[in-house]
Amino acid sequence: MFEDVKYLKFKSYLNTYCPHCRNTFNVEVKDRKYIQFKAIYQGDDIDLKLSPYLDVFDVESTKPITKDDLLDDLLCPRCKKSLIVPDKQCGECGSSVAEVTIAAFSRLLPFYMCMKHGCTWHGLTKADENKIKLKIPRQEMPEQDMKLRIANHGEVPYGYTTELAQLEAGRCLQCKEPKCVNGCPVNVDIPGFIKLVREDDIDGAAKRIKERNILPAICGRVCPQESQCEALCILGIKDRPVAVGNLERFVADFERKMDLVKVPAISTRLNRKIAVVGSGPSGLTVAADLIQLGYSVTIFEALHEAGGVLVYGIPEFRLPKTIVNFEIDFLKQMGVRVEMNTVIGRTIEMDELLQNFDAVFIGVGAGLPVFMNLPGETLGNVFSANEYLTRMNLMKAYKFPEYDTPKPRGNRVVVFGGGNVAMDSARTAIRTGSNEVMIVYRRSRQELPARHEEVRHAEEEGVKFMLLTNPVRYLGNDQGVLKGVECIRMQLGEPDSSGRRRPVPIEGSNFVIDCDIAVVAIGNTSNPILFQTASDIKRNKWGNVEVNPETNETSKENVYAGGDIVTGSATVIQAMGAGRIAANAIHKKLSKTQ
Amino acid sequence: MYQIIRKQLLAKGSIVRFDINAPRIAAKVKAGQFVIIRVNETGERIPLTVADKDAFSGTITIIFQVVGKSTALMRSLKEGDIIKDVVGPLGKPADAEKIGTVVMVGGGTGIAILHHVAKAFKEAGNHVIGILGAKDKDLLILTNEMSAICDEIVITTDDGSFGERGFVTQPLKKYLDERYDIKLVYAIGPIIMMKNVCSLTKKYNILTMVSLNPVMIDGTGMCGGCRVTVDNKTQFCCVDGPDFNGHLVDFDELEKRNSIYLKDEKDSLLASIR
Repeated sequence: MFEDVKYLKFKSYLNTYCPHCRNTFNVEVKDRKYIQFKAIYQGDDIDLKLSPYLDVFDVESTKPITKDDLLDDLLCPRCKKSLIVPDKQCGECGSSVAEVTIAAFSRLLPFYMCMKHGCTWHGLTKADENKIKLKIPRQEMPEQDMKLRIANHGEVPYGYTTELAQLEAGRCLQCKEPKCVNGCPVNVDIPGFIKLVREDDIDGAAKRIKERNILPAICGRVCPQESQCEALCILGIKDRPVAVGNLERFVADFERKMDLVKVPAISTRLNRKIAVVGSGPSGLTVAADLIQLGYSVTIFEALHEAGGVLVYGIPEFRLPKTIVNFEIDFLKQMGVRVEMNTVIGRTIEMDELLQNFDAVFIGVGAGLPVFMNLPGETLGNVFSANEYLTRMNLMKAYKFPEYDTPKPRGNRVVVFGGGNVAMDSARTAIRTGSNEVMIVYRRSRQELPARHEEVRHAEEEGVKFMLLTNPVRYLGNDQGVLKGVECIRMQLGEPDSSGRRRPVPIEGSNFVIDCDIAVVAIGNTSNPILFQTASDIKRNKWGNVEVNPETNETSKENVYAGGDIVTGSATVIQAMGAGRIAANAIHKKLSKTQ
Repeated sequence: MYQIIRKQLLAKGSIVRFDINAPRIAAKVKAGQFVIIRVNETGERIPLTVADKDAFSGTITIIFQVVGKSTALMRSLKEGDIIKDVVGPLGKPADAEKIGTVVMVGGGTGIAILHHVAKAFKEAGNHVIGILGAKDKDLLILTNEMSAICDEIVITTDDGSFGERGFVTQPLKKYLDERYDIKLVYAIGPIIMMKNVCSLTKKYNILTMVSLNPVMIDGTGMCGGCRVTVDNKTQFCCVDGPDFNGHLVDFDELEKRNSIYLKDEKDSLLASIR
């Protein structure tokens, strides 16, 4: 029954009562919650406190209880009546059982516990069990206070505590055919790792995730869970889905903070060399997968820091750079070589790479910013989100003049676009001393492509949303610096090819927003620099690389590609999924020609 | 390890020449291409055009004028010091083919870049005419090197302390009037000089290439900070340039864009002195 403590965790929140005198068993001692009983064990009267939070070892008893031992009796501390039900037996081991009453979904239910230490039988029907799980609300993420956080660059969510994580894990229905797994581009065993969290094997949970996803600390923070795994969660039909992302983040952070990350020993070393172009999410996945198979892997990075979009794009307050560096150091410890300041296509050309490596993976991302081609776009203080964020994140302009890169100055900032990059830019602006920050998006709130959490955070921090609005032209002063943006109101028309309602301008609704800085965050396209010297790699009309979707191989033999360079701007986890496909295909092909 | 192999102070120390050990770049770099340098962990990324290379010893030469905090910091480096990051070669190389007679116009530190381009054109078998200009005698650099490359050379200073008194446009006009075989003018220097050269050569309808130096961060096409208007179209200097047809470049806009951070640069320099 003490294994059931884990199970009781959430039941303590539902309150447990004596079936005879309705005395509550829930007690609070020094801010800790317990469920308290009297018991008879080996002839002695003992006090028993089951912690609703911690594992079996945290059972507080006046006498230690050996595993697989039976309790002689369990008593209510107030009425001293026995809780044992004589005519009932444990469904698993046949031992005697005790009954307590629990309050769940507005009624009182009998809850049976096996008296054997180690048996997890609880006597609830599956239907009742699931109903109880539904009763636990989704555990909210503790966050930095919104008034405080706009003045610093620290991460906004603090992450779950172990208690919160286990409570949240308790909500998972452990579906036999889990749908959430299908929603994940790399098919993480979501119910599997959540079960381990519940069983308090958090290290095991981390290892379980890492079988499929090598960057859980990053994905837990930046994945759009609400449109992937959490969108398919059965709980989400009637209630809010299990917070898979928050749990993933908790597990990964726990593993890192508790120093449980082990560098795996690589048994075989193949005499095969793989070059990875770009150190973003897809490249890191390819490197991690292939190094473990024994290949020698070299990553080439054009910038002076590895991580790609994870370091230049996503701000510190959303993804601390220490986490990215930790993951890259981990790869280095496994033997991956990372060469910075190397622009493939310039410093080294593609054909030279192919002479020295058995296969090349291109994961250069979508690095070329898209502008709207409006009049006045070359005015001073009109930035691409790439430039704005690169200055702030990679070059740490927010610490100017400690760091030498100047930070864009301006009191009123307008950001165009409604994706995560737009939210990041707006929230960065708020944190770097801009008084008024506006997001201008041409569609309505439902169509905002950003993660819901980011939109909520941005709103809390005071970012104003000007929806159904589109810029028409930029206005500058005589020094060639931006002073305002002329916008036009939009309305939603018929659905377009993407299924979203097409925004149509309302004639004559033009108005001017005064601003000092404009940030264009409407997307990126592929960077031509690599292909200027490798024109034999076939690309489509948008400049993205064409690949065989089965293998992610390009039109050039032994050259593979994945991530945003193939799909256009997408998510971190999709890039990782593409990297995995390529890594498998490379391994399959190279092991054939051994 | 990007080590400074040789350091030389030019123009009374206001211009500095570094030979940096960067074998991979030295093997690849062509005239007109640039590198991006980050001196230390807190440094900014500075684009600098390569003035020369030595593929055999694996060094590249950069020449820069001390204007702000970062360049002042670079001047304080000694021979043997390590520069944290050097990435390149970036940008498209100059199109140095045998076309006949070319005029190379260089002003100030622009002469450093011009040197590499002139060398390439000379090696391609062209008749190279050099016109170099500077404020005064002390700020003139690479005159000997340029004299060795150019078939004809004219030097001007604004105050007449060396060579002809006046601006580079005066001897250029003379050449354009006298010679009819000039196929190309290459102008590299301050924006105002390139603008004046272009407005002059436009009258003669002679193709004029300029090398632009906008504000830049990554140099690989990622930030879009270096956008310039060429032929009424937005171009990214780092991937589409840095050399453009000067007759199509909007120089006024470039000048305005380049002056946005002047105040910050001053603040940064002051903060570093305090």
